[in-house]
Amino acid sequence: MAEKKSLRKEFTKGLISENPTMRLVLGTCPTLAVTTSIVNALGMGISAMIVLVCSNIAISALRKIIPDKVRIPAYIVIIASFVTIVQMIVKAFIPALDKSLGVFLPLIVVNCIILGRAEAFANKNGVIASAVDGLGMGVGFTIALCCMGAIREIIGAGTIFAGAESLLSIAGITGFDGITLIGENSAINPMTIFILAPGGFFTFGILMACANKLAESKGKPKAELGGCSACPMAKNCALLNKGENCEEKKEEAKS
Amino acid sequence: MTYLSILLTAILTANFVLSKFLGICPFLGVSKKLNTAVGMSAAVIFVMALSTAVCYPINNYILLPNGLEYLQTIVCILVIAALVQLVELILKKFMPPLYNALGIYLPLITTNCAVLGVVLLNFTEGYTYLESLVNSVGAGLGFMLAMVIFSGVRSRLESCDVPKFLQGLPIVLIAASIVSLSFMGFTGLVEGILG
Repeated sequence: MAEKKSLRKEFTKGLISENPTMRLVLGTCPTLAVTTSIVNALGMGISAMIVLVCSNIAISALRKIIPDKVRIPAYIVIIASFVTIVQMIVKAFIPALDKSLGVFLPLIVVNCIILGRAEAFANKNGVIASAVDGLGMGVGFTIALCCMGAIREIIGAGTIFAGAESLLSIAGITGFDGITLIGENSAINPMTIFILAPGGFFTFGILMACANKLAESKGKPKAELGGCSACPMAKNCALLNKGENCEEKKEEAKS
Repeated sequence: MTYLSILLTAILTANFVLSKFLGICPFLGVSKKLNTAVGMSAAVIFVMALSTAVCYPINNYILLPNGLEYLQTIVCILVIAALVQLVELILKKFMPPLYNALGIYLPLITTNCAVLGVVLLNFTEGYTYLESLVNSVGAGLGFMLAMVIFSGVRSRLESCDVPKFLQGLPIVLIAASIVSLSFMGFTGLVEGILG
């Protein structure tokens, strides 16, 4: 019973209290880049989740075999293999999604959420716990992406779930391809800027402010850019000692 | 496309950070001070050019003729990771002054999505070897431009009276949004000058 409860905790922490995007501030690049529509956001979130769960399982299973010194390259190879598999599946079955995610699909390899979880969780915990942790983090990432995607799509394009047919067609459902909220003939126009680059930064900033406000009301600290502790390369960083700030160290090293 | 238009597009109109959203982590993380911003960007330019120089022949002469395109991602990331380690060792041994200036940023660059991004984008755009190199250097210069401008913006932000709920990361993101908005002003510039 105790086992079950702790697994549930591993899952739920990724959803809100340790949400990878809003609280740990990891994986900002895809968060900003692919959230022009909720369908893209969902596709990205699910792809990253599959990679995260699979790589967490593999890394956790191999954690006693992989020598500590070549840990990071080994993780990168494992993650890159799963990314390649996901990339090939998406290309074969959902070509429209492959086109709209573009280079960000292979770039899941360098998404710091995945390497970060491998380093922070999977190499210390058992297979099942790591899989659940990966699933929770993946769902949290997907939720955050979908929030961004929904806001940007509604305000920026005046639609919701546009292009959903490409995702639904794998499940055999056809005929639903999104709802148009602001039609061509309506009195107001959608604010296109929201689906362009500046709107991405702006929406993320406002959502982050809301998340901080929520965290504050629960007595938790504000989200800060993870900095060195979140950086998966931190342990390779020769200048970094435990608990010290990377940037200060760099300054010292320079002077 | 001429080399100049590729270069200008990569620096201004299709800026890697501000319009393609690649390399956001260092953009937000290392842009607090001007000298760290410049050091990091110089290292990024260096690694981008070097990894394109190495990955392009591997892709075109080993992977493509043998029908192994699907290995692109895994091969490129490994080559970049190995290259960064190698460069770090070489610089440390033979060029200590350069190592002190750039070396400390190098380990952070391996998992920087801008580097892998530029290499993969060069493949999909179908550039020639020289065009790829020009595009990589342009992307790196664009990264540097964005970092330098943004470190200036951030140093002004520090002395501002920011509403409590926007303090920290939210106001930085909103400032980035405005910088990105200003870069949209370059749209059509390259065609205007060179077209």
